[in-house]
Amino acid sequence: MQTITTDNWLLTVGTFLPLVGVLVLIFIPKGEEQLIKTLGIVTAGATLAVGIFTMFRFDFGQAEKLQFFVDVTWIEVIRSNYTIGLDGISLPLYLLSMVITFLVMIYTWDNMPDAGNPKAFYILMLLLQVGMAGTFIAQDLILFFVFFELVLLPMYFMIGVWGGEDRRYASLKFFLYTMFGSALMLVAFLALFFQTGAESFGFAQLIEAGAGIDRNVQIWIFAGMFIGFAVKVPMFPFHTWLPDAHTQAPTQGSVILAAILLKLGTYGFVRIAIPMLPEGAKAWAPVIAILAVIGIIYGALCCLAQTDMKRLIAFSSVAHMGFVMLGIATLTEFGINAALFGMIAHGWITGMLFFVAGAVKHRYHTLEIKRLSGLLTQVPRLGWILGLCAMASLGLPGLAGFWGEFPVILSAYNPGFGLSEPLFRTLMVIAALGTVLAAAYLLWLYQRTAFGEPTEEFAGRTTHAVGAAVAPDHADDHHDAHHDEELRDVTVTEWIAWTPLLIAIVVFGVYPQLMFRVFDPAVTELVARLGESLNP
Amino acid sequence: MPQEFVGPSIDWFALSPLLVLLGGGLFLLVAGALTPRWPRGWYALASASTAGTAAVLSVFQWSIIDRDGPGTLVAGALAFDHFAQFMTILLCSAVVLVSLLCDDDVRGTDREGPEVFALLLMAALGGVVMASANDLIVMFLGLEILSLALYVLVASDRRRSESQEGGMKYFVLGGFASAFFLYGIALLYGGTGSTNISDIVAGFQAGVSTGREDALILAGVALLLVGLGFKIAAVPFHVWVPDVYQGAPTPITAFMASVGKASAFAALLRVLVVALPFHRDDWRPVIWVLALLSLTLAPMMAIVQTNVKRMLAYGSISHAGFMLVAFEAAGHRAGEADPGTGMQSVVVYLAVYSALTIGTMAVISLVSRAQGGDTRLTILAGLATRHPVLALSLTLLLIAQAGVPLTSGFVAKFGAIQAAVTEGSYVIAIVAMAAAVIAAFVYLRIMVTVWMSTAPGADRQMLAYVSLGAPADDADGDAADGDAAAGAAATSTSTATATSTEVDTTGAAIAPEAITLSTAVVIAATVTFTIVVGVAPGWFLDLAANVTNYAR
Repeated sequence: MQTITTDNWLLTVGTFLPLVGVLVLIFIPKGEEQLIKTLGIVTAGATLAVGIFTMFRFDFGQAEKLQFFVDVTWIEVIRSNYTIGLDGISLPLYLLSMVITFLVMIYTWDNMPDAGNPKAFYILMLLLQVGMAGTFIAQDLILFFVFFELVLLPMYFMIGVWGGEDRRYASLKFFLYTMFGSALMLVAFLALFFQTGAESFGFAQLIEAGAGIDRNVQIWIFAGMFIGFAVKVPMFPFHTWLPDAHTQAPTQGSVILAAILLKLGTYGFVRIAIPMLPEGAKAWAPVIAILAVIGIIYGALCCLAQTDMKRLIAFSSVAHMGFVMLGIATLTEFGINAALFGMIAHGWITGMLFFVAGAVKHRYHTLEIKRLSGLLTQVPRLGWILGLCAMASLGLPGLAGFWGEFPVILSAYNPGFGLSEPLFRTLMVIAALGTVLAAAYLLWLYQRTAFGEPTEEFAGRTTHAVGAAVAPDHADDHHDAHHDEELRDVTVTEWIAWTPLLIAIVVFGVYPQLMFRVFDPAVTELVARLGESLNP
Repeated sequence: MPQEFVGPSIDWFALSPLLVLLGGGLFLLVAGALTPRWPRGWYALASASTAGTAAVLSVFQWSIIDRDGPGTLVAGALAFDHFAQFMTILLCSAVVLVSLLCDDDVRGTDREGPEVFALLLMAALGGVVMASANDLIVMFLGLEILSLALYVLVASDRRRSESQEGGMKYFVLGGFASAFFLYGIALLYGGTGSTNISDIVAGFQAGVSTGREDALILAGVALLLVGLGFKIAAVPFHVWVPDVYQGAPTPITAFMASVGKASAFAALLRVLVVALPFHRDDWRPVIWVLALLSLTLAPMMAIVQTNVKRMLAYGSISHAGFMLVAFEAAGHRAGEADPGTGMQSVVVYLAVYSALTIGTMAVISLVSRAQGGDTRLTILAGLATRHPVLALSLTLLLIAQAGVPLTSGFVAKFGAIQAAVTEGSYVIAIVAMAAAVIAAFVYLRIMVTVWMSTAPGADRQMLAYVSLGAPADDADGDAADGDAAAGAAATSTSTATATSTEVDTTGAAIAPEAITLSTAVVIAATVTFTIVVGVAPGWFLDLAANVTNYAR
């Protein structure tokens, strides 16, 4: 793999800059909440600025090469190096992580979860950012693993301390599932390393040498990685941690989880598992595809059965990530490109949906669908935003979600490298049915929450808080207190945090080439490499 | 003409770490008995500085070995190699840290006095003798010195019946294990014709091995494994561990988990890898089974415990399982010119785990003392409110034990798994990783108690706080609301309104632990070690890579 080493300080700075913010924050007393929030946002903003500068320095003409490449010794004894670099596949994800963290921090300005303590919360978000960005730039298996795991703890604490009622159960489940996956993944990494006899854990060397491993061994090693990444994605049947984690996490946690953390798994497939173990990938592709399609249908059916808005969105993630995995499993340029686009689009759209869900929860103190109604009359702007995101999520052409779904379905018509066409075409048809189900659950959600008149319980709250009508079922002290609040439409902070995402959803929906142009060279190179080892 | 007795030539300087430990221990005993009570902290200071001196002297020996290569001392009784020095430094450092802990623990009780500290030094002496023994009889001597000191140390809290009970159990079972060990030596002597490790190895190299002797050797190895299996606390020889770890005074628990375990592993290495590499295919499967059992059973038992010391005791068994995984990998290469990374991983794991367990026990000891010696898990509830820094340190030490990257625990676990995968022991590597996840659950449970729950008794006020108007969810019950507010209290900020001031005062109703200087030093030292080795493990792994050049 060719590398370009100009400006190679950029990635290190961009990744570890949040740590500087953490160090500063540690020495600020807990009470200075405004200062803490400002510093957190400034750090994330500076990180994003470095990220955007990186984008401008990125040579899009050579997106298939690793740019800003650094390779220095780290732990010599185990032959692991600090190898980092960025190509067309990782650049959008790297930027996405920075954008999302920045926006989430802005959102937190007004919307600190109930448990309080912004100091700890901002520190955790900054740490999370280091882990996420690091995972996308790592070009060494051990370094990758370290960053991959680094993400786990801050998220565990975010869910466990700032989450909903069931947060302990959810956070433990999240931690254990992911840790179980990475445990097997680590063994697979080591097995790969020793089977190839490579000189270091660097990606380039392992990709070079991995194809030479015996086919059966490749299948076993791939199995280990598959479990590790599939838990993170999450693929059916490893998805059960996701609804709990999403539902219990604070809004910020849900957004980061949906927008970035899930992508670590799919990214792992594209960057590590498939290129390093081509034979293993080919053998596993049908299994992945079948599980992905089960995920699409199962996720959609689960959505139809949910009564909680946030849980519904969480299950929709299972379905959407199913599309992404189906695209990857076709092992074609077309499919992987679409899958990568789907990853980014899902990050924006589902991130936005969780933001909206958080906003609804903040206003109504409930996410139970049957208690919500008439968002469009009470909080029209919020209602419209929910509408836009729901449309984007169900894959309406002209919005970003479409380009993650439709090409994936198309690509399954012609899977690569002699994968069974009847199987993939059957899966294609079932996946297409999945889009219909997606439309059903999203429209149904929208219809039930946004249309109609507000329920009796919340009816009197639009502008005045006088004489709140209290539904007898839920009459208790807490609610009296809430009913005195004024119901506000989208606030300034929310506009600032959401507008970039909304713009992105529309812009990339109308002109997806902007994104495909970045992925394509790297994906072409990846598939060409696969071709070299699969059809010699 | 009677033959004149010629004493062996003795390199006194090479023996200096041992002599310093012995001298310090005896001095403390004698001088402590003859003089009136020393001022506070002086006993601990004496013991810590003795151990520190021994460690420094050992560093000098290390550089001598660097120059001259490994050899033997006192007519082949003791080995003089990097491994022995590494273990000496490890054991002495542990004594320094535990002395500081003990000082806090015995202060103001009727245990104050030189005895505990003298025994710590004697135990370390025994450990060093075991680690550097080049003769099985000498190893037995070391084992007994260590064990006898530990029996007394476990039972040293005369006021608490658990301590007495633990001491008694440990004594009875330990005596039994020692007997096995001794009988194993006897059979090995029968099979090989010598108790000296160099002679045993030389005998094998000369090719003496007939069927009858083989049976003796195999039986001897089996008995030795029983004896040492007991000391390293591997399943199925682990039944004493929870009771003894729970009963012993907390610093002594830390001492047993670090010094006791490290010495036993050192002895295991001397017997199996150094003395009996020619039988590696016989003993390796046994290690494999011990590792598998320790890895699978211990974490499961740990999950159901409610006493934090018992949890950590089972955790210690599962760590022993990890070390055995690395040991098994070393077994594939025992006696070869290229020893692989197995043994290096074992010593790294030992050092890392010793630091972690001492640090963890330091925190537990501090908290439990403030609660009248209670060691149930609930004592940690709300620690994050009372002492955020202490809670953070404990969290770091626990996530390191769980094996999260960027901590020393990950480096240790990674080494063990790497060694196993290199040698193709995939089954045990996968089991180990799966077991690590179950074990992580145990450590997470402790962390949950520290961060996400509040001290009992504060609940009522929390509920008041909630109903006063903190945003809470709908009718899901007050218990859940209490939970939500617990998080709020755990992280309450000083700018919060009057209601949360009320919460703060309830937090203060539980006596906050007084953090003493010596314990703080121990915690800071172990946490620093954890992070430094976690982030930049290179130098430490390099150091440990030296140990495989054994004296034979």
